[in-house]
Formats: sequence, structure tokens, C-alpha cells
Amino acid sequence: MHGVSVMPAFIRNPKDFCCGLLLLAIAALFAVGLLDLPLGSAFRMGPGYFPLVLTLLLAGLGAAILVNGLRRHGEPIGPIPWRGILLITLPIVFFGVTLKGFGLMPSLSIAVLASTFAAREWSPLVALTTTAALVAGCVAIFVYALGLPLSLYGPWVGGY
Amino acid sequence: MELISHLSIGFEQALSIQNLLYCFIGVLIGTLVGVLPGLGPVATIAMLLPITFTLPPTAALIMLAGIYYGAQYGGSTTAILLNLPGEASSVVTAIDGHQLARQGKAGLALFTAAVGSFFAGTVATFLIAGFAPPLAEVALKFGAPEYFSLMVLGLAASVALAHGSLLKAIAMVVLGLLLSTVGQDLYTGAPRFTYGMIQLSDGVDFVAVAMGIFGIGEIIRNLENEATRRAVTSRVRDLIPSALEVRAIVAPILRGTALGCALGILPGGGAVLGSFAAYSVERRISKQPERFGRGAIEGVAAPESANNAGAQTSFIPMLTLGVPSNPVMALMVGALLIHGIVPGPNLLGERPQFFWGVIASMWVGNAMLLILNLPLIAIWVRLMTIPYRVLYPCIVAVCCIGVYSLNNNPFDVFVMAAFGVLGYVLIKLDCEPAPLLLGFVIGRLIEEYLRRAMLLSRGDPFVFVNFHERPISAALMVIAIAALVVVCIPAIGRKRGEAFRQ
Repeated sequence: MHGVSVMPAFIRNPKDFCCGLLLLAIAALFAVGLLDLPLGSAFRMGPGYFPLVLTLLLAGLGAAILVNGLRRHGEPIGPIPWRGILLITLPIVFFGVTLKGFGLMPSLSIAVLASTFAAREWSPLVALTTTAALVAGCVAIFVYALGLPLSLYGPWVGGY
Repeated sequence: MELISHLSIGFEQALSIQNLLYCFIGVLIGTLVGVLPGLGPVATIAMLLPITFTLPPTAALIMLAGIYYGAQYGGSTTAILLNLPGEASSVVTAIDGHQLARQGKAGLALFTAAVGSFFAGTVATFLIAGFAPPLAEVALKFGAPEYFSLMVLGLAASVALAHGSLLKAIAMVVLGLLLSTVGQDLYTGAPRFTYGMIQLSDGVDFVAVAMGIFGIGEIIRNLENEATRRAVTSRVRDLIPSALEVRAIVAPILRGTALGCALGILPGGGAVLGSFAAYSVERRISKQPERFGRGAIEGVAAPESANNAGAQTSFIPMLTLGVPSNPVMALMVGALLIHGIVPGPNLLGERPQFFWGVIASMWVGNAMLLILNLPLIAIWVRLMTIPYRVLYPCIVAVCCIGVYSLNNNPFDVFVMAAFGVLGYVLIKLDCEPAPLLLGFVIGRLIEEYLRRAMLLSRGDPFVFVNFHERPISAALMVIAIAALVVVCIPAIGRKRGEAFRQ
């Protein structure tokens, strides 16, 4: 477990500590956005009133969870599965970026094929047959049966 | 007698060829989703939501409802045969159900699960029909403070029912509420938290959030611990139980149904809570509690009845009050809003055919599920062995196309990817994402009612707990606080126990 040694010793519960940090970071992000929102009063709440209360609550909870992470012992987080995270999300982002340019067929084929690499026991036969069957099925269901307005080949590959 | 005339309106709707077809598609997909692990009803309903936009609203909701309660049936099949609960609500079924299967009594366990679910579904259908109109009548008198308190109760209940740390569950609700404030302000139109991105001015699409957290995030988690799966019995025999066995399951089914119905109505409830409660009740009242965990049929009958009853009665607060009690119901509200139907107390009076049609379809769907699950069990058994590495690319592809076609906007695809990572990180840090989604969906409503209530009360926050002027609101608030206090007590107890040991 190489995820353990990264944490300094004073963090007794890494899960709580990281959770607290994450919540504080999110609260900080919202706090920045709050700066230019008028608050109003409890009687006539402005656009910033409700989010301000929530941001303060979130920061408070984040701090409490963070402190818990220093006080009570807990399990280590364990290794981060970069392979799964990257090979699932990057193909999705790729799909979003290229769908209009490439069209459904090339964009979906590449995205699905790339995502098959995320499995630990990867086999080329399963990957290729799954991709082919899946893309054919999606085109049949979404484009022909349901009539979603998706072009099969986009302008980048000579389609429209 | 009113009940019968209402139900006859409903059955007229539900038995039309078109609605029968969509009901069948719904329960078929539901069973499939239940059988396939790593794919839950939330992700499935989110994925299929764009498809339902083209359907008439009654057919759309009939199909989506079918997926939800159909998944409860399918989930029990994998729990019994594979010891792998297909759904969270069949986790307890796996304990005794799988033991029965190993003893060669898989047929009995499957029969019990299916018949128990069917009975519970029937009772729940009539309960909704009887319960919804009076509840809607009460709700018609609700003002902004009552709605606010009701939603607070719903959120408090979802916190109380979450596993693990109370602080984290509250934090998830708050985070969900906060995320819902992104986009234009309802009253002034001021852009909030858009950070210069025009796409964020309409806010974050909740379908993209749901698909990200429950679809994509789940995939990343499942890929971490891939396991090969093998069915215990390739053939299931002796589906029809003996008279003695029938006697043993009658009482647990009745108790499970009652418990499931009651817990399903609660805001924050649903299928999962009922099944856990029913199992522990059965074990507590059993004369031979040591049989549990070694193949007690009561341990299958009660939770399976309870989860199906809970799945259906959780429609009551959604349809009559417009308040979703769990993420699935939140998606249903979303589906209805897209069709221009506002769920709430007015729904019953304005669209009786829709309302009763959906309710009647639940009974029809349960009858279909009985047929789908008992004689055709062999087909589902074969589907169970589909390896996950074939399944997850399908989920990725359908999520991508589904989320894109919501608004034909690639931005939603990116939102889904981002929430996929966030969902995984939260699960990894022992934060349950269900309260987050509930907070996110309720967020806009709760803010609107809060602001309205404060205008009414001229800024007095005690309007929510004023027993003289607002008794309903005050009662709801008291229940919400009580729910949280009760959950705190075992936490205090555990802390004391730890201190003792040290």
C-alpha cells in the first residue's frame, strides 16, 4: 500500500483529514464567488444570503471533519486508481470535445475503445468486439429508433 | 367506493396498449438493471431520462417507475444466486438467500422473494390510492413555511439514514444545496458562482450530476475491485414450495410489507431502509434467531417484501407534496417538470388520469414482474455472468450520449465527467453521495420557500417553529430535529465505549 507513507504521522485518520480539506477548498471556492453578491437582509434576502449561510456551514463542517482526522485513528486511503480514473473520464471528455467535429461513429468508437483499457484484465478481443457491437447498438437505438439529432460523421472527417 | 372509481380511471389508462408496452419495457429494464451489478436504478433512470422526453408524460412515468420497482425484483435474484446484491436494497437478502441457494433451496428463496414482492406491491398500490388524496388535501393548505420545514425534514431524514459519519452526511447535504445555487438567482436574475462561464448561468444540470456520481463514479469504484462471478446453481428447480414452507413465509411477508410501506412514505426513506429494518425485526422476534445467516427463509421473505413496498410508497410524498424523498424520486420530479407537470397537491385534481394511471400501472407492472421473474428465471441467471469489463463500456457510452442529448451541449458531458471524479472521491472518503443529490435537487425549492417565508414573517426566523400560527410547520421541524438527535445517540454511545476501552 503505497498510499500510506505519503501522509505525515500527525494525521491519524487520512480519510477524514482529506475530506475536511476538500470541503474547505470547496467552501473557499464559493466564498470567492460570494464576494460580488449582494446579501440583503433576513427579511429581503439577496442572491448572496442563502449561499453565504451554506458556505459558512460547509466551512464549519469541513473544519470539524479535518480536526477529527487529527484526533481519531482511522483507515488509510489506499492507492489511487489512476488508471481507472483517467481511462474513464478522459474518453468522456474526448467524446464531449469531438462529437460535433467527428460525428457520433468515430467519436464514440474511440471513446469506448479507450475506456475498455480501464479494466485490469484487458483483452483485445473482448475490447474490439464490445466496442463494435456497442457502437452499432447505440447508432441503431439512439439515431435510428429514437431519432436523436446526432450526425454519424461530422465535418472533420468529411461528413456534415 | 371513491377508491374503486379512482382505480378504474387508472386501470383504463394503465391497460391501454401503449402504456402496457411502456410498463413492460420499464419492468424489463428494471429487472435487467437489478440483475446486473454495478448499475443501479439511479444511473439507469438518469440515462434513460432523455429518451422519455419524446413520450407522453403518463407513458414516461409508467416506464421510469417500472425501472425502479423492477430493479428491486432483479436485485434479489443476484443476491440469492450469487451472493452479490444487485441493488443496495437486497444486501440483506443475500445473507440468508444465498445460504438457501447453497443448500439447494434456490427455488424456494426465489419464489419467496417474487411472491413477497408481488404481495407487497399490491398492498402498496392500494395504500397509495387510499393515502394520496387526503394527504394532497392537507398539502393544499401548506404555505411557504410548511414546505420549507417539510424539505428540512426530508433532508434531515436522508442524513439520519446515511451510513457512517453524521458530520459527513450533513456536509454532503450542505454541499448539494450549495451546488444548486449555481446559476441565475430566482428573484433578481443575478448570476451566481458562474466564474465567467456562460454555460453555468443556467446552473448545473442535475441529470449530468446524477449520471456522473451514480454512473461514472460507480464505474471507477467497481473497476478497483473487479471480481469474477459464478452462479451457484445453473439450474433452479422446485419453484413451487410445500404447504409447510408457505406457512413459514406468510407472516414475514405481512410484517415486511407493513414495515416497508410505513418507511417508504417517510421523507428520506425508500426501498433500502425498509429491507434493513424488516430483516432486523424478523431476527429479533424469531424463536430461533441462530437460524439467521444460515438460510432462514424469513430473512428473504420480510426484506424482499419491504423493499418493494418501500420503493412504491416512496411515490406518495413525491406525487402529493412534490417533495422527492430519495434520488430516484428526484429524477422522477425532473422528468415530470420537463413534461410541464408540476408534482404536488394540485396534481391529483388537475391530471387525475395521469395520477391514477401511474398508480394502477404499478400493480400491472408487479404482475408482469411475477411472470418475468419466476418462469423466465433461467434467462436472468445467464445474464448474471456477463463480465463487468463488457458491461461498463456500455454504461459509459449510454451516459455520454444520454447526457449530451439533454441539451445538445457538450458542456453537460464535461460536468458529468467532473462529477464522476467527485463522486468517486467522496465514496473513497466515506461520504455517501445520496444526500448530496437530494440536497442538490431540493436546493432551488428550499431557497425559494425560505425566502418567501421570510418575506411573510418580515425576517422572523421563528416562523417555522411557531406552534400557534404554524402548527404543521413546527411539528415537522420538531420531527426533523428529533430524527437527528436519535441518530446522534448511538454515536455518543460508541464514543463512550471507545473512551472506556482506553
